[in-house]
Amino acid sequence: MIRALFVTAVAAAVSLPAAFAQEISPAVVFDMGGKFDRSFNEGIYNGIERFREQTGIEYDEFEVTNETQREQALRRMARAGHDIIIAVGFAQAPAVEAVAAEFPDVNFTLIDSVVDLPNVQSVIFKEQEGSFLVGIMAAMASETGSVGFVGGMDIPLIRAFACGYEQGVHWVDPEMEVIQNMTGTTPAAWSDPTRGGELARSQFDRGADVVFAAAGASGLGSLQAAADDGYLSIGVDSNQNHLHPGSVLTSMLKRVDLAAYNAFMDSLEGTWQPGVINLGVAEEGVGVAIDENNWALLTPEMINAVNSATIAIINGEIEVVDYRADNSCPE
Amino acid sequence: MEAFTQAVSILDATLRLATPLILAALAGLFAERSGVVDIGLEGKMLAAAFAAATTAAVTGSPWIGLGAGIIVSVLLALLHGFACITHRGDHVVSGVAINTVVAGLAPTLGNAWFRQGGQTPTLEAEARFTGIDLPFAEALADVPVLGPIYSDLISGHNILVYVAIAAVPLVAFVLYRTRFGLRMRAVGENPAAVDTAGISVTWLRYRALIVGGALCGIAGAYLSTAHNASFVRDMTAGKGYLALAALIFAKWRPVPVLLTCLLFGFLDATEARLRGVELPLIGAIPGEFIQALPYILTVVLLAGFVGRAIPPRAIGTPYVKER
Repeated sequence: MIRALFVTAVAAAVSLPAAFAQEISPAVVFDMGGKFDRSFNEGIYNGIERFREQTGIEYDEFEVTNETQREQALRRMARAGHDIIIAVGFAQAPAVEAVAAEFPDVNFTLIDSVVDLPNVQSVIFKEQEGSFLVGIMAAMASETGSVGFVGGMDIPLIRAFACGYEQGVHWVDPEMEVIQNMTGTTPAAWSDPTRGGELARSQFDRGADVVFAAAGASGLGSLQAAADDGYLSIGVDSNQNHLHPGSVLTSMLKRVDLAAYNAFMDSLEGTWQPGVINLGVAEEGVGVAIDENNWALLTPEMINAVNSATIAIINGEIEVVDYRADNSCPE
Repeated sequence: MEAFTQAVSILDATLRLATPLILAALAGLFAERSGVVDIGLEGKMLAAAFAAATTAAVTGSPWIGLGAGIIVSVLLALLHGFACITHRGDHVVSGVAINTVVAGLAPTLGNAWFRQGGQTPTLEAEARFTGIDLPFAEALADVPVLGPIYSDLISGHNILVYVAIAAVPLVAFVLYRTRFGLRMRAVGENPAAVDTAGISVTWLRYRALIVGGALCGIAGAYLSTAHNASFVRDMTAGKGYLALAALIFAKWRPVPVLLTCLLFGFLDATEARLRGVELPLIGAIPGEFIQALPYILTVVLLAGFVGRAIPPRAIGTPYVKER
């Protein structure tokens, strides 16, 4: 009893000044891969670091290293009294669904999947639109009339990448061939760079000279193979242009940093809303990466084409079909 | 001519994909012919891949990386020996323990050291084993048929591919033509007889494990510093188990090991190229089927439908000296 009182007193003493110093108490649960994965999770990390630097508000974090930790981690964060929790990655959807129902007063922002609960904000991306844009660049950079796609685990999300890419390529040249391969059908498909590299090489052998890799760490093998054999590659999620300057044509950016930053900032300003946020080209949620590492590979025509396609997508003249809408891709 | 170019490129990929299998299967051959079950090939290869990529990233030298990979793999092999030769523990349990520990430890250490989500930094070309052109490859490239075979298929691989191929006759020589090889085969079949002759069973098995560990280390270094340019979590992707299947399929003999690994590598290479391609008569083959084929073939062999795979007689049984 005395001990319980003591704990309460200490907790009050610790939390009181904190409550004055900051108005919200944010937290984030990263997914497998960790916050320095040079890709998805790192994008989130960059976004919330920007929030921390601007506002001085500290956040609590957890890196999931095991499938079973997701739900525990979310529950622990909710119990610890955080009022906004970012759950990173589509794999956390079931965990968010369970924990958000238990803690109706805590707000959750789920990145990359949808959970329909009154205290959950689901941020998803129109990957097909960003893939469309890199498809345009691939088609214009290709000299052989054939381009490749290496996907990770064969799931609708990756099919949406492939489908948008194909539409972009065919927007430039309807005759152009798009060779597609997936690295596998299990989660191991995300971490097999040997396979990613061999698939890229097989596509080069079949005539492709640009390969778009949307395959997590397996994609690093594809980028490496392109750099080794003197072909072009396209990175994914975060800006991967710097990995092999002169060989990575561009990267399809998924601005998860923006989504994470907005989730915290909106909570601070009281404008956070539950529901689905679908970020596309118009919201600058997806796009292409242009920096000093790939500047030499780009032509003015390429940049013009991407710009005009971007405008056309925003005002609705081009409608990029989402594979996930009815699980099919237009021929 | 198009078909010929395709064939050369498939065989080229076969060599690249078979190399780690050949090295790992030969490593398993040493362990198993001496009577020690080696299911820890996967873990040793992964540990070596991590050690090689880490060391090469820090020192900038692939050779020092290779050395580190071999050392780590040999140490794990000795640990395996300590558990199941010295302490007569269960060989499979010890091997699986090695696989599990490495799968968790390598990315954890990698994350602590490099802060890149368990990956190691991408290696520059100087820190990797890159392709070497054999003499006259350039000059002979235009010769019909033989030119492409020599300059595209045989030349241009990294040194470890040639090491793997050269290891096969070497292992065959050691196994069948040297005193060590004879004794090692004997200790896997009938350790009591070897012991009666006054030769230490324990020391022989340890030596076999050390040689196997070294070969496995080369296989791991190949994955992270030659074929790829960094270590990635779980990058062995079951190659250790596939090598074990190849070893069984080859009935624990070196030259069949080479052929089996080339077959498995060939299946892997064609799977990438045949996915979604309509073949005459057969139609499109599901990639999953081709991926499963090595295991199916091994099971068929073990079931006794095609020949018989008889393991070394004393495999998996710890040797207890009679008093």
